[in-house]
Amino acid sequence: MSDNPVFDRIKQDINDNQVVLYMKGTPVFPQCGFSAAVVQILSHIGVKFKGIDVLSDPSLRDGIKQFSDWPTIPQLYVKGEFIGGCDIVREMFETGELKELLSEKGVLTAA
Amino acid sequence: MPMNASDIERMIKEKFPDATVTIQDLRGDGDHYAAHVISAAFKGKSRVQQHQMVYQALRGNMGGVLHALALQTAPPED
Repeated sequence: MSDNPVFDRIKQDINDNQVVLYMKGTPVFPQCGFSAAVVQILSHIGVKFKGIDVLSDPSLRDGIKQFSDWPTIPQLYVKGEFIGGCDIVREMFETGELKELLSEKGVLTAA
Repeated sequence: MPMNASDIERMIKEKFPDATVTIQDLRGDGDHYAAHVISAAFKGKSRVQQHQMVYQALRGNMGGVLHALALQTAPPED
């Protein structure tokens, strides 16, 4: 499992980008309601993120599920750390924890 | 074949016997559920860990047969 070549690509993506969202579709054209919901939350908070479309690559779609030990898409990473899927992101947004976490991690530049 | 709510509840309770499980069939189609799980097993665990524990209880059905389960987990309040 650990020799899955997709894992190296995932590690590089989550190291090179502060906030990464693995999603179905793109931030402009999400192809799933759960992905769209997380895009909307991140945009609302005003954090820059890189959206990675898992539908464009079946090996990535399976690989990210194994990598995070998480069965569903979307998946949010902040500074290399897995934050959660749609339910957790939504819950953290509602309680204000998400914004707090993003500012603590220093990735929230907009006031 | 979709799973029914009682299967989901049974699988969760097998792993967390103390759990209070509330399941809602969101659209009445046996395919979109919301589950609220309260168990002492979640004490001291992060949300990600809590959800992973529930997914393990569902043994691979999540993301497969069961494609939409909105999940909320918490330890019981003291």
